[in-house]
Amino acid sequence: MRWLLLKDLQILRRSPLVTALLVIYPIVLAVLIGLAISRSPEKPRVAFLNQIPDSAGLSLGDTGGFSQSEARARLCAKIDCVTASSRADVEQKVKDGDVLGGLILPADFLNKLQAELSTNSSQPATVEVLVNQDDPLKAQVVDDRINALLNQANLLLSDKITDVAVNYERLLANGGEFELPFLNQTVQILGLRRSEQILRSVEGSLPPAERGQVTQVTEFARLARQNLALANQLLSSIRQPIAVDKQVIAGSIPPLDTFAVAVAAAVTLLFVTVLLVSGSLALEREENTFTRLTRDLVSREGLLGEKAILGTGAALVVTLLMLLAITPFQSIGWSRIYLIVPAILLAGAASSALGLAIGAAAKEVRASALLAFALALPVAFISLVPSGTVSKSLLDVIHVIAGAFPFRPALDALSGALSASGPGLGLPFLHLALLTAAYLILARIALRRFT
Amino acid sequence: MSENPPRARARGAGPVLEVDGLSKSFGERIALRDVSLDVSAGELLAVLGPNGAGKTTLLSILAGITRADSGRISSANGDIGWVPQQAGLYRRLTVEENLRLFSHMEGVPDVEGTVERMLAQIGLTDRREDAVSSLSGGNQQRINIAIGLIGDPAVLLLDEPSSGLDPSQRVRLWEFVAGLAEGGTTVIYSTHQIEEASHYGDRLVVLADGETIFDGSFEQLRRAAGPQPEGSAADPENDFVRFLRQRGH
Repeated sequence: MRWLLLKDLQILRRSPLVTALLVIYPIVLAVLIGLAISRSPEKPRVAFLNQIPDSAGLSLGDTGGFSQSEARARLCAKIDCVTASSRADVEQKVKDGDVLGGLILPADFLNKLQAELSTNSSQPATVEVLVNQDDPLKAQVVDDRINALLNQANLLLSDKITDVAVNYERLLANGGEFELPFLNQTVQILGLRRSEQILRSVEGSLPPAERGQVTQVTEFARLARQNLALANQLLSSIRQPIAVDKQVIAGSIPPLDTFAVAVAAAVTLLFVTVLLVSGSLALEREENTFTRLTRDLVSREGLLGEKAILGTGAALVVTLLMLLAITPFQSIGWSRIYLIVPAILLAGAASSALGLAIGAAAKEVRASALLAFALALPVAFISLVPSGTVSKSLLDVIHVIAGAFPFRPALDALSGALSASGPGLGLPFLHLALLTAAYLILARIALRRFT
Repeated sequence: MSENPPRARARGAGPVLEVDGLSKSFGERIALRDVSLDVSAGELLAVLGPNGAGKTTLLSILAGITRADSGRISSANGDIGWVPQQAGLYRRLTVEENLRLFSHMEGVPDVEGTVERMLAQIGLTDRREDAVSSLSGGNQQRINIAIGLIGDPAVLLLDEPSSGLDPSQRVRLWEFVAGLAEGGTTVIYSTHQIEEASHYGDRLVVLADGETIFDGSFEQLRRAAGPQPEGSAADPENDFVRFLRQRGH
């Protein structure tokens, strides 16, 4: 048993690629997962620009109101507020993907909100939200975050407004002092209870000398009616005191369903092609046919070309079959076949080239399959991380890693080919072509030590 | 009858392969040092030597797989077939699929005729539809050699063709190879089995530490080894070991 174990360790030591993979892969995965879970999804990074004057606040009568510092503290407890210096700064941060979105409180926001809560204002208090919807997943995340924030803010205000409404009710019932908004005047409210007492006291007689008391009751009735009307306005504003003006800074996205189809197609294409091509090349060495073939029957470049064609053809067939199978459940834009086929071919070529580099480096079928899985799976995973959900520096690292593999450009190419509202095709096509060339060169270099 | 039978070659009709001053190093290690030899048509040349002597390096250079550091190789018609030590076959394909594939790759004019001829030559016509993986090591080696012969080369290089075969498979293999030589094909093979070389080699070239230390017949090697010590058994292996010791190896 011990000798067998030693023998296996010796074999591992003589396979540095597999050994390195076994050691590095879990470490890298652990770091990636650790970084992902260390940033709570409940605190998205949002660029925050407050244009409201420092002295302004929200007054809600006797129940108090909100100071700016209190409002900011409450808001930033829910999101990771990244302070922005100007609207241009917010736009830049959103464009760079440094933040999930931008939130701008206009200078007149509190005035409008105060007016809305106090009078029958026709202009809602509106916050500006700037987003960069560079993919449908991110669009969904942004919408969810905006809705959640809006609901939280509205809920907070509705609590305060409910307190105001309760005070009005008490005032109407019991009487007391009421401060008229904007007029700095205090009026005495008789209250229903006192009115009843007065009416009872004059009920039996009603002589002309007592007419002043009746006038008081009449005045109370008028004020009570007005206060009740104000309470109705308040209660109606509780539903949605803050409106949102959402503006898309950049990004062109396909429908979520189409994007899901593109993701499925890209994952299938990548895995099938990489596994097939890497295994096929490694098999030439395992079968001892590589030297026989490359001695005088075919050049090494010719062999790589043949495998690339095999992989690209397989990618085309498999992806088209997959799209055909999806068609009964999801509408596929087959009228765009003239774009779908080139997108698949380019994605297939880049994935094949990656497979060739893996097969040439691994040299064994099983090792190449392991390497292909170990590379393709996390690459597909991190390529779907939306910007703004992780820190800028980590996002940059993710972009570099994802950009070095064909999954992300393949996804963009397929999204753009499947939907007119998808991303443009020029950059993904160029990206895939460059990756194809780069991986073919790497594969050719690796073939030098293939025998 | 096949439509493209192998070319008939006259045995001993001058050298078909001339090697002059081949040298090869791998880093600090010298694998071959100034090796020269001429081989005639239909000759069975055995390249012998202890492990690491340079046998496989010599055959790899002759096959064009490895580039020599210096030296010259000239072949009468430039046509050299090569059979690797490990069978280079697609084991999931059948016997005839392998032959057909390599016939296409070699660009032979009559692929099906060549496949039939090769199947008959290696005696596997009745197993043509069997997957190669289901065949014995001896039969796999026969297909391996057949693929080396598809282009009908004037010179066939065999790298330790009998390694891993049992005695009866070895005998059948050497009878097959001897038949090739009788047909005029020059066969150069590496081996460390002196018995096989003495039985099936017209001529022996002995390499040691990358140098040619003998070139001649087995009888000449036996004479060069000196008298047999009293009490020792008379067999080719003892003669060969005695020769190597005498030359300091």
